[in-house]
Formats: sequence, C-alpha cells, structure tokens
Amino acid sequence: MSAAEAVSENMQYLTFRLEDEVFALDITQVREVLDFTTVTKVPRTPDFMRGVINLRGSVVPVVDMRLKFCMSRTEQTVNTCIIIVEISLDGEKLVIGALADSVQEVIEIEPGQIEPPPRIGTRLNTEFIKGMGKRDEQFIIILDIDRIFSSDELALANGMREAS
Amino acid sequence: MEIDLGQAKTTFLAESQELLEEMESSLLILERDPADQNAVNSLFRAAHTIKGSSGVLGIETVEKFTHFVENLLEKMRTGQIKADSGNIELLLQCRDHISRLITLAADEVEGLSGDLLRADNDLSAKLAGCLDERDAAPAVQAEAPEALEGPSSRTDAWHISIRFGRNTLKTGMDPISFIAYLAKLGEVVSITTLFFSMPGPEEMDPEDCYLGFEIDLKSDFDKKAIEDVFDFVRDESTIRILPPYSRMASYVELIKGMPEDSLLLGEILVKGGALTAGELEEALKYQDESQAAKRPLIGEILVEEGSTYPEIINAALEKQKKNQSISAKEAATLRIDAAKLDSLMNLVGELVIAGAGIDQHAARIGDTPLQESASIMLRLVEEIRESAMKVRMVPIGETFNRFRRVVRDISRELGKEIEISISGAETELDKNVIEKISDPLMHLVRNAADHGIETTEARKAAGKRASGTIRLRAGHDAGCIVIEVEDDGRGLDREKIVEKAVARGLVAAGQHLTDAEAFKLVFEPGFSTADEVTKFSGRGVGMDVVRKNIEALRGTIEMESARGKGTTVRVRLPLTMAIIDGFMVGIGQSPYIIPLDMVVECVELSEEDRRAAGKRNYVNLRGEVLPFIRLKEFFNETGEDSKYENIVIVQYAGHKIGLVVDELFGEVQTVIKSLGRVYREVKGISGATILGNGRVALILDVPRLMQTIEKNYFARAG
Repeated sequence: MSAAEAVSENMQYLTFRLEDEVFALDITQVREVLDFTTVTKVPRTPDFMRGVINLRGSVVPVVDMRLKFCMSRTEQTVNTCIIIVEISLDGEKLVIGALADSVQEVIEIEPGQIEPPPRIGTRLNTEFIKGMGKRDEQFIIILDIDRIFSSDELALANGMREAS
Repeated sequence: MEIDLGQAKTTFLAESQELLEEMESSLLILERDPADQNAVNSLFRAAHTIKGSSGVLGIETVEKFTHFVENLLEKMRTGQIKADSGNIELLLQCRDHISRLITLAADEVEGLSGDLLRADNDLSAKLAGCLDERDAAPAVQAEAPEALEGPSSRTDAWHISIRFGRNTLKTGMDPISFIAYLAKLGEVVSITTLFFSMPGPEEMDPEDCYLGFEIDLKSDFDKKAIEDVFDFVRDESTIRILPPYSRMASYVELIKGMPEDSLLLGEILVKGGALTAGELEEALKYQDESQAAKRPLIGEILVEEGSTYPEIINAALEKQKKNQSISAKEAATLRIDAAKLDSLMNLVGELVIAGAGIDQHAARIGDTPLQESASIMLRLVEEIRESAMKVRMVPIGETFNRFRRVVRDISRELGKEIEISISGAETELDKNVIEKISDPLMHLVRNAADHGIETTEARKAAGKRASGTIRLRAGHDAGCIVIEVEDDGRGLDREKIVEKAVARGLVAAGQHLTDAEAFKLVFEPGFSTADEVTKFSGRGVGMDVVRKNIEALRGTIEMESARGKGTTVRVRLPLTMAIIDGFMVGIGQSPYIIPLDMVVECVELSEEDRRAAGKRNYVNLRGEVLPFIRLKEFFNETGEDSKYENIVIVQYAGHKIGLVVDELFGEVQTVIKSLGRVYREVKGISGATILGNGRVALILDVPRLMQTIEKNYFARAG
C-alpha cells in the first residue's frame, strides 16, 4: 500500500504535540477535543491505558499517547487535552480518548506532500505511521489511529494484564 | 397503490408471531375444553389474519398452507367438525409448520424444499383428509332443507351476478379487469352487460359505475376461488355466485335480490344457458307461490343472503368485530422500536446523573431555594426514570404460556400425565430480561417434566395422584423478581448426586454437605443424574448453562427438593438490568461501587486484626472464619493507608467474604454503563457508573472477586 493510497481524499489533519514532536490525525476520525478531566484508572490494566472518563454520560477509555509511544507519562498542564477519536475495530465503531500535551491546529496536506514512513529513525513503531507530511520544511508524523488501537494492540494489553 | 412492503413485512413478522402464539394457546385451551367457542373463534381469526397478510405481501407458501388450515377451522367454527384430540394435534403441527414457513419467508427464501416441502404436502393431505372425512355426513344434512325447496338446474356452469358499486371506478378498479381475471379460472360461457341503473344524461356522473354483469362460467375452481376474484370490490358491490346444478330456489333468490326486473333477469339467465325457459317459468311460479312479489330492500336482501350463506355474513360480522377490537387495541398499545426505548433509557440515566450533580452543587453552595428546586427536580427525574423503566416492562405470562405446549408435548411423548398451573403471569419484567430468561426457564420446565414427574404407574405406586403438576410462579420479593418452577415429582436423589460428585472429584468422599450444598452440585458443568438420555434432557449440558445465563442477568438460582415430594427451582432476578442500588466505598483515591444487595454488613478492621492479619488473609468474625482481600493491594491503588480500614462483608451464592476498603460512603443509585471492548477482560470489575460529580466509578464484580479470593485462600490454607 503506497502512502498516497493510504491517505485518502481527505487532506485535513489535526496536529497535536507529544513532548517536542508534532503528530497529525486524519480529521475525519476526530470527534472533538476536551479539556483534561479526572480520569478513573481501571485497576490491573497496563499503564498506557490511563482509565475512563465520563463523556456526557458514556464511559470512554483514555490512552496516554506518550506512554504508548514509549515517552514519559503525560503530566497535566493547562494545555493537556483529550482528543476524542472514532476508530473502527474489527468492523465495530469505538470511541477512544487520546491524551495529548497540546492540540495545535487543523492543516491541509496535499497527498503529494506525504512521504512513506521511514524504516528507521523514529522512536515509535513504524506500523503506527501512515506517512510523513511535509510542511514548511518540517515533518509531521501522520498517525494510523486504527492501527494503534487495533485488536492486536489491545490483545497485547490483555496479555500484559494477565501477566501482571 | 404504493405500499412500503419492507415495512409491512416487518410488521407482519412481528404480528404473525403474536398470532401464532394466540393460535397455540387457543389450541391448548381447546384441548382441555373442546366446546370453547371463543377459542375456536380466536383460532380462526388468527389463521385468517395470517393468511390475509401473507397474501397481501405475496408470501405464497404461507398463504397457501394457511388457507387449508383455515378451511378446517371454518368447519370447526360452524360446528360441522368437532374439535377432538386428533385434529388439535394436527392443528398444532400445522401451527408449527406455519411458523417455520414464516421464518423461511423472513429469510427471503422462496419456495420450499426437502423436509419442509414434505411436511407441507403431508400436512396439507392430512388437513384435506380431515375435511373429506367429516364433510360427507354433515354436508348432506346441511343441504337437505334446500333440496326440499325445489328442483335444481341442469347446467354445469357457475352463474355469477355482479352489480358493481357506484364508486368502483373512483377507487381505481376497472370492471373489465375482474372479468378478464375470471376468465383465467375457467371458460366464460356467456356474459351479459347490464346498465339499467344508469340514470338520464342530466343526472349521470361519468365517474360513477353503473354496470352490472351476468356471467356464466365453466370452472373447476371452488366458490371461494371465484369469490376471491371480487375481493377488492366485495364490500361495495352486490355479488351472487351460484354453483353448477344449483337449486331453483337459489336462482329465484338471485333474481329477487337484484334490482332489475325479474323477468328481464330471467331472460338473461335463460340466454346465458344457466336456466332453460321451462326452468325459468317454474322458478318464477315458485317465487309467486312462495312469496309476495314485493321487492325487498337491500338490507333485507343482505339478511336473507345471510341465511343462505351464513359464512358470508359471519365473515362480515367477524371482520367488523375484528376491526373494532384492533382499533381498540391500537388505542391501548403502541409498537415501539426497542432501540428508541434504549436511547430514551440512556438519556434518562444521564438525567439522573446530571440531577444528582445539581443537587450536590446546590448543597455545597448552601443556597436554600436552589436546594429546594434541585430536590423537586430530582424527585421528578426519579419519577421519569420509573415511568421510562415501566415502558420496558412486559408481563411474563406470555413466556409461561409457551411452556404449556412444551409440557404438553413432553407428556405425550413420555406417556406421562402432567398438568401445568401458572400464577403471577401478570408479573412484569424488563423486556431484555424476559428474552434472556426464556431459554433457561424452558430448560427448567423440561427438566421438571422429564426428570421430575414420574410415570403414571410410578406415581400410582407411590400413592400419588396419577397426574403430576408443574407449577410456574412469578412474583416480587424484596426488590427482586422471583420465578419458581415447582414439580410434585420424585425429587432429587441426594445420595446419587453426592455419589456422582465424588466420582467426578467435585467433593471429597465423606465430606459433609448440607442439602443446599448438595443440590448446588447439580449446577456444575456436565453434571447429570439421569441414567438415560431422552430427547428432552439428561445429557448433562444444561443446568450449568442455566446458571450461567441467570448469573449473566445478575440473578441467582437455588434448588429445594424433598425426596418423593418434588423439587422447586427458584430463580431470583433483579428488577432491571440498567440500574442497581450500589454501596459506594473508597479504595485508595478512587470510588468503587459494590452492588448493595450483596452487602451483608460492614465491620471495622481493628488494629489487632490488622496486625494478626498481616500474615494471613482471614479474620475471626464472631467465631466464623472470614477470608478477606485488601482491595487496595489487589487493585494496585495508591494513597496512604487509611487509619480506619473497614471490611465490607459481601455474600454471594451462600459464601461470605470480606472486602477491605479505606472509606465507606453509603448508598447510591447506580446507572450501569459498560466499560466497552477495551476493558472487556478486567478481573474484578463488572462495569462503571457515573457519579453525581461527573466522575466515573467502577462497579465491583463480586462473584469474580470471590473466586479469586477463594482460590488464594485455599491455596494458602492447603
């Protein structure tokens, strides 16, 4: 699958920051952005699963993206927010919150400006990367959010849980 | 006429299910009381409606088969055939067959094949046999009086007189299409068009239909088929159909009934070949003799018609009655998409949470008028919640009624006499719960009928009544719904159960067990004390599944049994699945909810106990050993050790354990939310809820916790 194919017609991306790095998400998968609220930890689950929040009456799991990408745990600041994304997991729609240090802006990236993910040189698993968007001579990592929360990844979480 | 067939079909499927259930219960009533005319009527009505609707929707398989059934029912309704065990059995089979046909139609399968086709033919043949056999004798009788009224015609053609109603054209019907269709049923021998009712040109409305026809038709079809041709205009038009070789009197009736001049009509009949000139003369003479020639009013004609064709007038009355009862029912009940109800329930749940939030804030601010308003609102929200929940409640009676059939079939098969008695049918349960409880209950009823109740001989030998009784009871008890399945059969064989359990290594030999403990073994996977496997039960799969299903509904199941006297299985279910009363506790920094109905008591974990418990994980509770678990450790919660730790003692399935928590908060209304896929397999947590302050609290899964603790406890003890 070439990068151009993977990035469909949509050209709008929401960018956010984890530590110093800028990431982008396909805007069609972003439902809303919330301020950080109290997260209730679900015991005996891996650390990157921060817990659950109340999203207008529904219980939504929140993932610490920094921990997921092997960075340090997200500390709460005034800019910390939860990006509510809608992913499809084995054909099911699932709503998940992603914890980010700050949300930046909505930008457009032409498909031509997107390069395939590098094989080496990134800290995170290249499987999670849809492509590298180029903007003002700066690279933005476009994430494959479905892949990040794929059933394999969740199964991994289950495995960790069993082991703990 | 554009109808949304997809929508209509969905409605039909839902309706037919109800109608089939109605048929079944009517048949079972008839079996007990063959003279119950109401049951016959409702049976007929149900079959008739199924036939009608399936016809409209073009589900031919169902329509065709139900038509045969209806024929038999028609005869039963008019008393020509008596209901007996033979034809009730047949009709029950037919009902099942219709149900299968409808399922097939629902799956969009066209036509029949294999077993179904064979069953279809087989049952149709049996129905036909049923009809023929009894038709002979009473039919002659029924016609006998008519025979006295005069000689019969010698023509072999049907005679059809039709006067189309004025509005026929306006309602989009075209007379020619009916005649064209009639020609498909056979050969139209003659046709005469009548237009005598047409007024003068100044009064004539070109959109009105003034036509009438006298038709002679050679056809092998029966009267019903010919009548059906005119189904769409039957209400508006005057239609008479005379079979071949009809009595003269019938022709006279026909002539009299039509608004045209008798002589003229007679001539038409002669011309068409229905009658010969001689016959006509005879007929007219007969008419003069028998009655004054005064032309009867339309109403009288109908009444007369009614006496000649009781089925027509009955059908009309039936239809009217049914329409009335349907409209009455429609006013009383409403069919609602379950999804809409679910979303309403969700919103109400959120409203409860939001209301609790306002109440808390109001209390914090200390503004009295605001607090008052908040408490009024909270009360109203509570009422809304209750009404919304009631909307989902349905009586369990329907489910119970379904078991009548099951018991009946089993008793037939096994040659036992079993009566079934039902009480508390009006007890209401959440629709979801009813759907899920139906199968486990069915299993319990089967067990009772199959294993519980002895054979007639055995019962007699034991000095019991020959027929066994299965009692189904439902009722409320302390915020729960209790459903009991009781039989007066042989009871559980305690020794045998223990023996089996020992053999399977479930209990140690010589271990003392209470009755309750012994009977509980029955719910272990793969446990069956039946020596032989019957069609209905005994394979040992079942009771554990029953228990699992009931526990999934957050219910419990227990058994009581007395040797030789019978067994009672008691199922307890929560009133609703969506909301529970919870007991909120604090563990570390987080709030947790324990289902209140499992909480027995709370005791302080004393310093002494704590020191003593440092090495072991049980305390002495008034001389009883109480294993406990420190939830803070178990859940890896952080936070300082509270000075006053408490033990919440919970009880489940007869076992008690202690849960050590840091803080006790008290009772809360808990709207249960699923944690979703991501947290599907978390141990010790069954769900989440949202507190008044908007925070999410987790609900403890007491049964799972208990398993874990018992495992640890025994592991260390042993």
